[in-house]
Amino acid sequence: MLSAWLGPPVAQALWLSLAVALRSLLFSLPVALTVAWLLARRRLPGRTALDALVHLPLVLPPVAVGYLLLLLLGTRGPLGAWLNSTFGIRLAFTTAGAALATAVMTFPLLVRAMRLSLEGLDPGLEEAARTLGASRLDRFASVTLPLVLPGILAGLVTAFAAGLGEFGAVITFAANIPGVSRTLPLALYTAMQSPDGDAQAMQLVLVSCVLGLLGVSAAELLARRLRRRLGR
Amino acid sequence: MLAVNVRKARPGFTLEAQFAAPTPGVIALFGPSGSGKTTLVNLISGLLAPDQGYVRLGDAALTETAAGIDVPPERRHIGYVFQDARLFPHLSVLGNLRYGARRARGRAAFVAFDELVALLGLAPLLARRPHQLSGGERQRVALGRALLSQPRLLLLDEPLAALDAARREEVLPYLEALRDRYALPMVYVSHQFEEVLRLATHLVLLQGGRVLAHGPVSAMSLDPALQAVLGPDLSGTVLEGVVSRAQGPDDTAELRLGAGTLQASLPGVPAGARVRLQVLARDVILATQPVQGLSVRNALPGTVREVRSDQFGALVTVDVGGAQVLARISRRALAALALKPGDAAWCLFKVISTRGHTFRLPGS
Repeated sequence: MLSAWLGPPVAQALWLSLAVALRSLLFSLPVALTVAWLLARRRLPGRTALDALVHLPLVLPPVAVGYLLLLLLGTRGPLGAWLNSTFGIRLAFTTAGAALATAVMTFPLLVRAMRLSLEGLDPGLEEAARTLGASRLDRFASVTLPLVLPGILAGLVTAFAAGLGEFGAVITFAANIPGVSRTLPLALYTAMQSPDGDAQAMQLVLVSCVLGLLGVSAAELLARRLRRRLGR
Repeated sequence: MLAVNVRKARPGFTLEAQFAAPTPGVIALFGPSGSGKTTLVNLISGLLAPDQGYVRLGDAALTETAAGIDVPPERRHIGYVFQDARLFPHLSVLGNLRYGARRARGRAAFVAFDELVALLGLAPLLARRPHQLSGGERQRVALGRALLSQPRLLLLDEPLAALDAARREEVLPYLEALRDRYALPMVYVSHQFEEVLRLATHLVLLQGGRVLAHGPVSAMSLDPALQAVLGPDLSGTVLEGVVSRAQGPDDTAELRLGAGTLQASLPGVPAGARVRLQVLARDVILATQPVQGLSVRNALPGTVREVRSDQFGALVTVDVGGAQVLARISRRALAALALKPGDAAWCLFKVISTRGHTFRLPGS
């Protein structure tokens, strides 16, 4: 019904965007959790360097990130060639590649939200749980997780919403192939380039607006719920 | 018996503490800030491991570095009331209370939920969230939470330090009630001597990471190390006795103390009650012969046991027959009376001097 109303190219771009953004979160979630935990709880020697590296995609031109990915993971790149010959995995110019480029771009948002959440957690609460008889797994499930989960979820929603709109890194690393890497922003760009694409461009802008609004309000709602629960 | 002998080195600070105290009872860890009280409590709880030493409760070794024993805190069954309460913000008061109780299932329960909720006055708070509680209420919930985990020892790390005087007065009676209701060993950290007088049976005096002295509170009151920590305004004799006559319209109660009788201000304390009172050394007047025509009601005859000088003057210990009384006098007064050990002396102090320094003990 939705695809009939939107028309096949827009619907395709919408579903592809959602799929790419979702897959990007699957890529980045475990890594982001680890990095956030390292930054929040550990006093590593290379902490400042790691922090800077994590935030790099935020300040670098997205095209530069895409280009670096291409150099590294392209079929002739050092890592890309190895992946291709060993596992037969190709990332450049694929949907998985689009998801990876999106993951790299939204990584800082994710790490930031998780890190704030972890840093806001008082380690004294876990100690209190310990004296009350909670084992390590029990403490994690009954104290740590419920307290950091809302923050992590808010981070995921923000990263997802931002991932829907990733353009530069995706087009550079995964090109602009319909059904493979032509997500909403790429479809919008393509529509703008064609002489009679104005109506479609408008439609794409509207869809993007609705998605963005939904994402941001969901994140805000989650954050508000967290604050209320913790009484802040 | 709680026996502790631990060594823990930290940058710029080393704790080397040894004491043993009878249980059940309230063991006060008393000393100035930075003396190592919290570190010692963390070592007992198991949240911190000593470099070497032991922590033994009854027959059980909780920490025994020589034998490689270090029972983790979650299996020690030691309740801990932190200075900052540390209630779980994502749980209601009820959820907090149940947290420890759930994990204590299968072990003998001596604290019943309903009784404790009534004892601590928690019923109106059960549905609230921790952030909706006052500081005093928070500490009461933390107390309840720790007790419902059915601990065999309760650690209280300055539970009143974050509260103002009024809130403190709101929580202290609950602590007294807990002490009297459950025969639960407690370790109570404080730097307020009044709390020690009210609650403790045994006093461990800490300074600079070392135990200077320890013993029953009344005996410790005569220890020069404690007097040095308390200073001239707070040091005094701690006496324990039974009320033989409740306070009447003449504003005076009588207290049986060793061989003699003491007249004290004990409004509302019934006859038969066991009380502990502190007579401040600065409130005691010494006389070398019986005096007459004075309004002072207490004139205990005795013998000078010791005369000690410190930076504030002279501290004279007088044996009044079974008990000892400290008197602080100036060096000029000491010279005028020419007091030396063995001399006869009368210890004079007013009824009103005991006001606000008297505390009911359990077992009355």
